[in-house]
Parts: sequence; C-alpha cells; structure tokens
Amino acid sequence: MNTANQYLKAIYLVQEIENGPASTGSIAEMLDVSPASANEMIGKLEDESLCSHEKYKGVELTDEGIVRARDALQNYCIIERFLVEVLEVEDFRTEARQLEPVIDETVAERLDTIIDRAPQCPDCFDADSDVCELLECDPAD
Amino acid sequence: MSLQSPVGSDHQLARLLQIGAVLEEVVEARATKHCESDAIDDDVRGMLEAAAAESQRHRERVDDLIDELDADTIPFDEIQPLVEQQYEADQDFDGVLYDQLCNEETAYKFYDDLIQAVEQSDATFSIDRDRLLSILREIRAEEEAGVEEVTELMERGI
Repeated sequence: MNTANQYLKAIYLVQEIENGPASTGSIAEMLDVSPASANEMIGKLEDESLCSHEKYKGVELTDEGIVRARDALQNYCIIERFLVEVLEVEDFRTEARQLEPVIDETVAERLDTIIDRAPQCPDCFDADSDVCELLECDPAD
Repeated sequence: MSLQSPVGSDHQLARLLQIGAVLEEVVEARATKHCESDAIDDDVRGMLEAAAAESQRHRERVDDLIDELDADTIPFDEIQPLVEQQYEADQDFDGVLYDQLCNEETAYKFYDDLIQAVEQSDATFSIDRDRLLSILREIRAEEEAGVEEVTELMERGI
C-alpha cells in the first residue's frame, strides 16, 4: 500500500471517529507524522480530487477518496486477520501497521484466500480499537 | 498506524519472509489442486506441476533465510488445509489459467516490493544484505518467467 492510500484510510477512520470532517491534527496523530507533513499530503490528495480541505473545518473524502480508503482499509483488515489466524501474532496491530506499506492489494487478495473474512468487511472495522469487530482476539492485546 | 519503514529489523524482515513462504505454499497448494481439473490439457498440467515444484523450491530457500533469522517457519501442512477449505476457483481451462496467472503475478509483486523495501532500508540485518537481495532477485526473476509462461498458454488458448 502506498503512502497516499495510508493517508486516505486514516482520513476515513478519523472521519468515522469524529463523525464529521477530520482534523489535520488527528490525521497526523493517527499516522504518527508532523502536522506539516500531513498538510502537504492532504494538499496532494486534494489536487487529485480525493478529498476537500477547508481551513478551520477539516478534511472530507470525496466519493472517489472513500472508495480508495475503503479498499485500503480492507487490505489492512486482511493483513490483521492473516497475522492473527495464520501466523498467530499477538501484537498484530503494530505489525499490521508496519506491513501495510509493503503488502499491496494483489498480495492481500491472495492472503485473503486462506483466511475467514466476513462479507461485510470493511464495515465491521472498529476505528477506536483498530481492529475488526468480528476478529476473535483478546481486546486487551 | 505509522509511515515508518516496513523492514527496519531482523524481526520485521523475518515476518515478511514468513508471508513470502506462505504465499509460496498457497501457490503450491492451488497449483496442485488445479491439476485435478479435467478441463486442462497435458501442457497446462505440466506447467502447473512445474509451478508447484518451483514454489516448493522457493519456499525452501525462503525458509532457510527465516531459519538464519532465528524465526519460525510455517509448515506446508498448516497452509494446505486452509487453501482446500476456501478453494473455489473455476475448474475450467480459463479459470485454472487465470488463477495460476494471479499466483505468479502475486508472488512476483511481493518479491518486487520486498526487494524495494530492503533496498530503501538502512537497517543492519544478521543476514548479509547482498546475499539476501541476490536470493530474492533470483526468485523474483523465476516468478516473472512464470507470469510469461502462463500468459503464453492463455494466448494459445484464445
């Protein structure tokens, strides 16, 4: 997954958590980058018509941005579930974040052939706990 | 979520190699399963058998690297049942070839991305970086040849 997709996914999740436009600060915090870096990438995404950014209001994804963000989120769900179900990784959230940039959708689709993912994915993803609600794992992990 | 390098330590490298090994196991198991189809001819069956054998060789090479990193390998007999449980590919001529093309393309893309990530990482691994990259590039080249071989068979079938 490339950096732009990671940003789109972060904006999508922050919009869900904040139930409205995503603040640049929250996006930067979710991605562990500086607000300046976040602003720069948001500008690029806006140039590509993937989001709109209004000062003092926040960032909102366009329809095209939402489609790409949901694809990115689905890839992330596949990685998390693969780590839990196949490799039995305890700290799967941290590792999924690390793997995200190098596991693209082609690879994720093939990993998806050996995991048990629900058809409603990624709607079952819980942004607050950073994991699919249906994934059987210890919530304290 | 963070934007850090995905290959910054032995642990992260081992994890990616484990994923590579599982992908090879998936390719091996699916290619073997495709061989059961009545809709394919001897050329396609031969290609699938060779692809399964090649995946096994790749997996063994990747497993050797994982061993050197003191991490666990993923036994084939753990992955094969998972593939069989979810196996629902079209068993006709086109379906088998299309799935095999996805197998080869996925493996190629995975090694290509992994090579790039290792090249961009400034981490020091307990495996010699040049040897690691050389092995990964050899495997990538064979996956690329696999994509070409399946494509030729698909074009012949048109």
